Amino acid sequence: MIESYETHEHDVLIIGAGGAGLRAAIAASEAGASVGVVCKSLLGKAHTVMAEGGMAASLGNVDPADSWKMHFGDTMRGGQMINNWRMVELFAKEAPDRVFELERWGALFDRTDDGRIMQRAFGAHSYRRLAHVGDRTGLELIRTLQDKGVHSDIDVYMECTLTRLILDGERVCGAFGYWREDGRFVLFRARAIIVATGGWGRMYKVTSNSWEGTGDGIAMAYEAGAELRDTEMVQFHPTGMVWPPGVRGLLVTEGVRGEGGILKNSKDERFMLRYDPKKKDLSSRDVVARAIYREVQEGRGSEHGGAYLDISHKPADFVRHKLPSMYEQFIKLADIDITKEPMEVAPTVHYAMGGIQVEAETGASTVPGLFAAGEAAAGLHGANRLGGNSLTDLVVFGRRTGEAAAAYADRLHTHLAIDEHQIQCEKELLLRPFESGGRENAYLLHQELQDVMSTHVGIAREESDMQEGLQKVLDLQERARDIDVQGSRMFNPGWHTARDDLFMLTLAEAVVRAAILRKESRGAHFRIDYPDKDEHLGRVNFIACKTDSGMEIKPQPIPPMPSELAQVIEETNS
Amino acid sequence: MSDAEYTFLVFRGDANGGEEREYKVPAVPGMVVLDAIHWIQAHIAGDLAVRWNCKAAKCGSCSAEINGIPKLMCKTRLDDFQGEDVHVAPMHTFPIIKDLVTDVSWNYTVNKRIAPFTPREDEPSPFIMYQKDVDRLYEPRKCIECFLCQDVCHVLRNHGEMSEYFGPRFMVRYQYLAMHPKDSLDRREAIKDKGGVGLCNITKCCQEVCPEHIHITDNAIIPLKERVADEFFDPVRWFIRRRGDARNAKPKEDLEGSGVEPQPQRPRPLESPGGKDIAAS
Ligand SMILES: Cc1cc2nc3c(=O)[nH]c(=O)nc-3n(C[C@H](O)[C@H](O)[C@H](O)COP(=O)(O)OP(=O)(O)OC[C@H]3O[C@@H](n4cnc5c(N)ncnc54)[C@H](O)[C@@H]3O)c2cc1C
Ligand code: SF4
Ligand code: SF4
Ligand code: FES
Repeated sequence: MIESYETHEHDVLIIGAGGAGLRAAIAASEAGASVGVVCKSLLGKAHTVMAEGGMAASLGNVDPADSWKMHFGDTMRGGQMINNWRMVELFAKEAPDRVFELERWGALFDRTDDGRIMQRAFGAHSYRRLAHVGDRTGLELIRTLQDKGVHSDIDVYMECTLTRLILDGERVCGAFGYWREDGRFVLFRARAIIVATGGWGRMYKVTSNSWEGTGDGIAMAYEAGAELRDTEMVQFHPTGMVWPPGVRGLLVTEGVRGEGGILKNSKDERFMLRYDPKKKDLSSRDVVARAIYREVQEGRGSEHGGAYLDISHKPADFVRHKLPSMYEQFIKLADIDITKEPMEVAPTVHYAMGGIQVEAETGASTVPGLFAAGEAAAGLHGANRLGGNSLTDLVVFGRRTGEAAAAYADRLHTHLAIDEHQIQCEKELLLRPFESGGRENAYLLHQELQDVMSTHVGIAREESDMQEGLQKVLDLQERARDIDVQGSRMFNPGWHTARDDLFMLTLAEAVVRAAILRKESRGAHFRIDYPDKDEHLGRVNFIACKTDSGMEIKPQPIPPMPSELAQVIEETNS
Repeated sequence: MSDAEYTFLVFRGDANGGEEREYKVPAVPGMVVLDAIHWIQAHIAGDLAVRWNCKAAKCGSCSAEINGIPKLMCKTRLDDFQGEDVHVAPMHTFPIIKDLVTDVSWNYTVNKRIAPFTPREDEPSPFIMYQKDVDRLYEPRKCIECFLCQDVCHVLRNHGEMSEYFGPRFMVRYQYLAMHPKDSLDRREAIKDKGGVGLCNITKCCQEVCPEHIHITDNAIIPLKERVADEFFDPVRWFIRRRGDARNAKPKEDLEGSGVEPQPQRPRPLESPGGKDIAAS
């Protein structure tokens, strides 16, 4: 029997309702497009809600010497110069306006004494630059965009998972998936589609990411022929919780160090003085994460295999006021009062610098009609993202991409036809776990993948180890064909996980393959067998794309920076 | 090994009915209820429906009734239940979808009926605003929309007055808007008529369950009631207002000129599928 499906139609379809998706929706709607936003959880719950520390913009409210140029320079140097420099330029220039705009839409920020937006210090930012409200800036951002969005003539489809982009020839013309509530199939037709589905941290065992971080949109774009870039660049945040086991990986905001917290090893040494005497505890994330890793490897780790992070030397009131959710998180989940005792922390997978390759100005991918923004897009952060640069990324490029997608949809006069064959293939793929008769468990297969990635493509990487990891990923891809699920299609997380596994397995392959090819250490990518930077590799990005013979990874030369920007790099290098 | 194990009684079912099912879950130090639910999914019942996102008490997805008390599953430690069975049931006030997942969409329709933050058009940007204002506004802004307060509020839960009262979560929303120094709308009439603040009789159950420790009744509802009372029941003010300078009056929040009311959902019956009914007591 051929099962029917319901259809919705919009000029612009946005997959994802995190900061990037919502900001894009507002922009596309303001530009006159009919807009649909689809998200797999409830509105306002997207991963963005977890962001803590703040959003970076050179407002210069606290340090008047700050400027877009400084922000540009810090971001390029943080990304080890393999960033898309044009994206970084737009980002640094437009960031302040996007922050002020949020304020006008009702967002609350902590203030300076003279009534302006307060800014805090964060790793590898030369000045105090992060606008914030306590340590729950992500909630503030998403709630503001949500409240703005629901009054902006946008159709929101909650708890709906899209699993395949539908193409008319080379052009994207729709997306297909299911309602989580009852498993019914649904098709969204659109002339332009924006992928804003976030990152893929959940392919790792120890991660700060929410369950949504399974890389769906990135994998869908890859399947549709889009190029991915920098997939080897996975950020390990230096400070995740360590104990108890159930909370392992949960983020401890960099704001703790921003407000004066200090890292120590089991010998009570302030070890960051050795690794980066200048920036110390506020060095860039890759440096701090590797420092903790090394302390543990060399036997100076904390009780449960991490480092100590201490802010108890600050007044208790100050800590509770500046870091309220951290205080609550530790008291409630770990029985630790951070105003009195140190926290135990270790690196946790936090952010995917890699993702869909996009054009800087518009967010256009290499597939006509397909755009990407937010963590799903790549280029802004290069080899290492600076803290606070993601939230700003969401609003700067969310807006740009929304406008560009609306303009594209408006210009496109071709009739787009839906190819039923593609829909049929996706239906079969989705239904296979009910019919496979196989014996694989979707949850346990996911856990196996997490083990493989953490063991073989973790914070310190090495050729033969990664080759072994690659083989394991390929084996898991085979085994995933035999996933079997119990129950019906009614709100069935086992069934949902079965499809998520496929997305993660595809991207895991891209992570390992690119990591093998980058035979150097740069930013988040650290190779034991190639501990230094390679000048030649510093001039390329690795691109993953789908070919008839499987996944291909190829180097793409980085275009030379125009002399004005090169000069900015010079000027800001202190 | 029985002390290294917890006994869970989890509601399984849908709109057509259901029952508690027993699951034994191995104990791990520091474990929360959501960890146990995940363990059950991975090892026994792959199709057990539950919502969660952050597992860090930040997103408000994992609301449920644990031994009868509305709580976040990711924030409820199992150490609190040594030797006890743990009953996990869906929120009561909202129609069930499946197992622990309920239909909370009504809350989203309410949010749509509240006019958004609206600064005066000539308000200069960026704003000048002081930390003391932020400190006051901080509390209502902490809301993670877990809807546990909506779940426990008897006006919604037992009396099903969803068409007349927006519920505590949205009084908190109104508190933010009403206190924000840059919001230019007069929201008193909306809070009274549309929002139905008068229906709250200050039982304070909502603030007891709020995982963000928002003093919903004390800091949101009571001050809102006072504002509304000043406006509508103080004859002197009323007189002054009638004669008042029209230029200084704030425009009223008025979002529903058309008079079309979103359909409220039917409330659920009283009995809880697991555990006692707390709001009835
Ligand atoms: C704990 C934590 C703290 C952080 N703190 C900071 C910080 O202080 N500052 C900072 O700048 N950055 C921070 N980050 C990073 C930042 O929060 C994220 O990178 C950013 O929020 C990603 O936003 P996004 O809009 O790209 O996607 P997300 O917020 O991840 O949203 C993805 C959306 O896509 C939807 N979706 C996904 N797949 C599908 C599908 N198949 N079908 C339909 N919908 C789908 C989801 O439902 C969701 O709505 C932090 C991250 C974490 C984990
Ligand atoms: S105090 Fe008011 S809003 Fe809160 S639970 Fe009681 S009646 Fe409901
Ligand atoms: S006010 Fe508290 S209980 Fe109510 S929805 Fe918000 S966080 Fe939850
Ligand atoms: S999972 Fe986010 S609040 Fe529990």
